[in-house]
Amino acid sequence: MADPMKIRANMAGDKVEVKVLMSHEMETGQRKDAKGATIPAWFIQNVTATHNGKTVLAAEWGPAVAKNPFLSFRFAGGKPGDKVVITWTDNRGEKRTDEATIA
Amino acid sequence: MKVIITAVLVAATGMAVAQQNSAVQEIERYRAALGDGNPAELWEARGEALWKEKRGPNKVSLEQCDLGLGPGVVKGAYTVLPKYFKDTDKVEDLESRLVSCMVALQGFTPEQAKKDPFGGPGKKVPMDALVAYITSESRGMKMNVATTHPKEVEAYELGRKIFYFRGGPHDFACATCHGGDNLRIRLQDLPNLMSKEDAQRAYTTWPAYRVSQGELRSFQWRLYDCFRQQRFPELEFVSPASIALTSFLAKNANGGTFNAPAIKR
Repeated sequence: MADPMKIRANMAGDKVEVKVLMSHEMETGQRKDAKGATIPAWFIQNVTATHNGKTVLAAEWGPAVAKNPFLSFRFAGGKPGDKVVITWTDNRGEKRTDEATIA
Repeated sequence: MKVIITAVLVAATGMAVAQQNSAVQEIERYRAALGDGNPAELWEARGEALWKEKRGPNKVSLEQCDLGLGPGVVKGAYTVLPKYFKDTDKVEDLESRLVSCMVALQGFTPEQAKKDPFGGPGKKVPMDALVAYITSESRGMKMNVATTHPKEVEAYELGRKIFYFRGGPHDFACATCHGGDNLRIRLQDLPNLMSKEDAQRAYTTWPAYRVSQGELRSFQWRLYDCFRQQRFPELEFVSPASIALTSFLAKNANGGTFNAPAIKR
């Protein structure tokens, strides 16, 4: 199973600033291994972030995103103590969900 | 005519210096931008879990491992390494100490403990993660490596010899590239490890996440790769030579504030 994400969620003025580190190979499908065989594409396709069950971010990603991606975004309406839940799904159907409490 | 030529020369040199400075500044800016979301944190988290996980034939965790400040003390331990350890009667750096603990506590054979020293594409190894976690617990603390035990002095002196030893097909020593100011490999500025400030800055920013490799690289890897770049024979993982060289470089960084795992291009 994939490693946990590292999520930080802090108040920045009246908005919530969320910073997420994800552990993922993010293979483009363009690279070849030492034997010349193509390394199959393997990357995160969908990312969603919810705050109290409401989606605040939905993203479609492709192979252009780097390995071990870092995502930072802000949203309005959160307050300290609320939960932010992040989920990613990759092109193999693997999934990972982690949550953080807003500080 | 002579005056004009001199003027042109001065202008040209001035431009080259300015260009180089701006390249250095750009790399600094790049590092600062990346520092906010350093993927090394993923290794640190994995390492902390591994430290506490019951592993090996003995099914015990590493939590009783003595890293130099007593069994189980992780906070600040990296600032005193490499160090002489009574139980093994050797000077050990972090990686070799972890190998010793995996053998003594967890019951691995030395071969098993040393089998996968560095991660690579699609290969995550416990050693990198443990190194990331333990070093992260020394962040913000001052390097304080001792040379009080005779074996520590011996390792330091041996490390110094290795640093200046010229050899290999290029007739290189570590000092060839790291013994002067403002030397570069391609666009990378090289620290002058003979100057206190550079020595501290270099040592206290390893291990590091290498963006170009997508891997967390330990200090043992740094030395291994320096040897490869010098076209020296392969530096064996946790060999006495690697520990001696680490002792020399760590001691020279004493007083510097440890700030790793860092991020590098």
